[in-house]
Amino acid sequence: MTDTAQSLAGVSVAFDGIVKRFGPVEVLHGVSFALEPGRVYGLLGENGAGKSTLMKILAGYEAPSAGSVLINGEPVSFRTSRDAETLGIVLIHQEFNLAEDLTVAGNIFLGHEKKRGWFLNEAAMREGALAAMRQVGLDIDPATPVRRLIVAEKQLVEIAKAVARRARLLIMDEPTATLTPSEAARLFALIARMRADGVTVIYISHKLDEVERITDEVIVMRDGRFVGRAPTHTVTRHAMATMMVGREIADQFPPRLTVDETRAPALGVRKVSVPGWAYEASFEVRPGEILGFAGLVGAGRTELFEGILGLRPASGTIELQGRAVKFRSLRDAAKYGLTYLSEDRKGKGLHVDFPLGPNLTLMALERYAKPWLDPSAERRALEGAVDEFGIRAGSLSVKASSLSGGNQQKLALAKVLHPEPKVVVLDEPTRGVDVGAKREIYFLIHRLAQQGLAVIVISSELIELIGLANRVAVMRAGRIVATLSGEELNEETMIAYATGTRHVAA
Amino acid sequence: MSQPDINTSTTSVGKAGRRSANAKSSLSERLASLGPVLGLILLCAVGTALNSDFATVDNLTNVLTRTAFIGIIAVGMCFVIILGGIDLSVGSMAALIAGCVIMFINWAGPALGSPLLAVLLGAALAVVLGAAFGLIHGVLIAKGRIEPFIVTLGTLGIFRAYLTYFADGGALTLANDTADLYAPVYYGSWLGVPVPVWVFLMVALVGALILNKTAYGRYVQAIGSNEAVARYAAVDVDRIKILTYMLLGACVGIATLLYVPRLGSASPTTGLLWELEAIASVIVGGAALKGGQGSITGTVVGAILLSVISNILNLTSIISVYLNAAVQGFVIIAVAYLQKGRR
Repeated sequence: MTDTAQSLAGVSVAFDGIVKRFGPVEVLHGVSFALEPGRVYGLLGENGAGKSTLMKILAGYEAPSAGSVLINGEPVSFRTSRDAETLGIVLIHQEFNLAEDLTVAGNIFLGHEKKRGWFLNEAAMREGALAAMRQVGLDIDPATPVRRLIVAEKQLVEIAKAVARRARLLIMDEPTATLTPSEAARLFALIARMRADGVTVIYISHKLDEVERITDEVIVMRDGRFVGRAPTHTVTRHAMATMMVGREIADQFPPRLTVDETRAPALGVRKVSVPGWAYEASFEVRPGEILGFAGLVGAGRTELFEGILGLRPASGTIELQGRAVKFRSLRDAAKYGLTYLSEDRKGKGLHVDFPLGPNLTLMALERYAKPWLDPSAERRALEGAVDEFGIRAGSLSVKASSLSGGNQQKLALAKVLHPEPKVVVLDEPTRGVDVGAKREIYFLIHRLAQQGLAVIVISSELIELIGLANRVAVMRAGRIVATLSGEELNEETMIAYATGTRHVAA
Repeated sequence: MSQPDINTSTTSVGKAGRRSANAKSSLSERLASLGPVLGLILLCAVGTALNSDFATVDNLTNVLTRTAFIGIIAVGMCFVIILGGIDLSVGSMAALIAGCVIMFINWAGPALGSPLLAVLLGAALAVVLGAAFGLIHGVLIAKGRIEPFIVTLGTLGIFRAYLTYFADGGALTLANDTADLYAPVYYGSWLGVPVPVWVFLMVALVGALILNKTAYGRYVQAIGSNEAVARYAAVDVDRIKILTYMLLGACVGIATLLYVPRLGSASPTTGLLWELEAIASVIVGGAALKGGQGSITGTVVGAILLSVISNILNLTSIISVYLNAAVQGFVIIAVAYLQKGRR
């Protein structure tokens, strides 16, 4: 750790004509702008706008192909992220860089271990870790292995790591994606404190309400270029979104559908319990209806559905189209017409090393095997899906990994809908997807419901549920505490039920 | 799509970039798949230059016949490796199957009164036993959730120990009348091509068909590429795993039924280090040991390449023939090193 006097001063940054090429592909086309110390900047842009690449250059993970980075007026060229860290520049990755088997304290000091002679000074590291954890509001034993933490806690460990390294310029990439509102509120308080200490914060988020709330200034990038900046209080969210997309966005959400109440439920769940996660959950969803599931991280939403789908042991009764069913696996569920889109796109949703076609047809492959697989039928199916779902790909033979996040998500949607289910469960269908693709996905879901599909959407974005769902079930600590519709379907009421308080969390 | 095409400029830039990146990766993939073939051609050229006996029909037929056992096992191993698994026991399994088949034929010949029937039943027994051993592996791995490395390391010891026990430390040998009847399965030929080579060809063709043209083959690749994604895509992962280990077991059975008439005996050294050769063939053929990727063609080329190396060592005196397994070991490590940059 470098506790030099220099690192306590603020850090000013100037990008001067930064160009970055990966092979023949230029992703940054001469980006120039400057950041003053002690301010909170919102860096906005759709996926692929070049935000992350620029930030990796600033934090020493990538070198610019042309142009220079000036820190406090001095041109610098970082060879590694450690070089950047000695100047107090720390990037918190969107995907965690934590050693799962080490303890929280071990991770916080990884690569910067405190030593006494040849040996590790565990006591000092424990103290340091506790101090950093207190600042981010993480109340667990620093000796806990990271493997045992939930996702939100891992995110907080990442932030504590940066705090312990005395960051003077902190880059956060979507830090609240996994945090509950109260954890996010604590993070915002921390950001305010750091700003008061003269720390510069660059905050990347798709959540424009957060950007509006905590940043001093917004900087917008598009297509690898700097397109504009403005003091946050002078621009509306709508103006921010318009700057990002580069054109006026019409209404983000489709008109709400009316559900035919006379139709029998497509899926009826009665008193389903998933031991340890969900208790006596009952709900119904009709054909053509979009049922939302709200709740904090850890409220048991995903686990309840994993129980229903046969991925976890569960009890209770499940009726699909009036027939009592019991699924032993996802395969069973799919056979009866219930499919599931996981929230973990890369880990459970798509084979990113596979081309698009095999990804699309995997859940309905029997249809193409008579007994030999029919590649031309698979190709036709892919062409149809690309058309129907608006998947934009360079060519139909590329691997799924070469698609942007939004297009991967559309492919994953097409995949779970390919077996032509009657009920589909979409877990965080717009996670990590930019504004434009989000809107396309909302309209897609809307159209599917219009065609008579019963849709369940699990989401942490309340706006999304309000805009999309006919009814929203709110879960808290494993129980469905309310099912809201009509007038009650608003942010305040949902948060009140989700947190168990009648007032909105700070 | 009824929606307006949002942000066309981004997508077109992105598309161009992706297309060229893709073209590059597929070119390097094509080169990687050609690697083993180029290596084989190079080796043959070296062999011809070093010894004039190398490029004779007799010698090449001999090489292919010797490749057949390992090649057939390697085809099954290719499925298991693409699945993301491994089977270290194939050599011991082959030895035990050989021993069991010999004991069965020696018992059944007099008992059934028909040596021919005994041989036919014995050959069928080899395949059934192989599939049964594979079933045990598959169930332990898929249902018991034990690492394939551990399961097959255990059976590697178990299979060979049982053979040694049955053979009482010596060898189990076919009775003369049945040995003569069984001999053509190894020594015979059809259209000038030895029977084992025909069988090898058939197994490889059927294997390639299954891997590339059936839903099962696609599932094997999907599981190896990412098991969680396959599970969430409603693939019956456990069943596919069990079937794949059974398929490898059946391949070991087929290889063994061809091998038994060669010497007409099984001893504790039968099938020694076959696992090394089979796994090496698959890896040299371009499969990734972590699963998801691999081809039958590559595996066949890999198996032939390894036998050509050993044949050249036999024909020339540059490297001692005792170092054959060492050369194979070096080759597998070198190939794995070259593969490192991929994926």
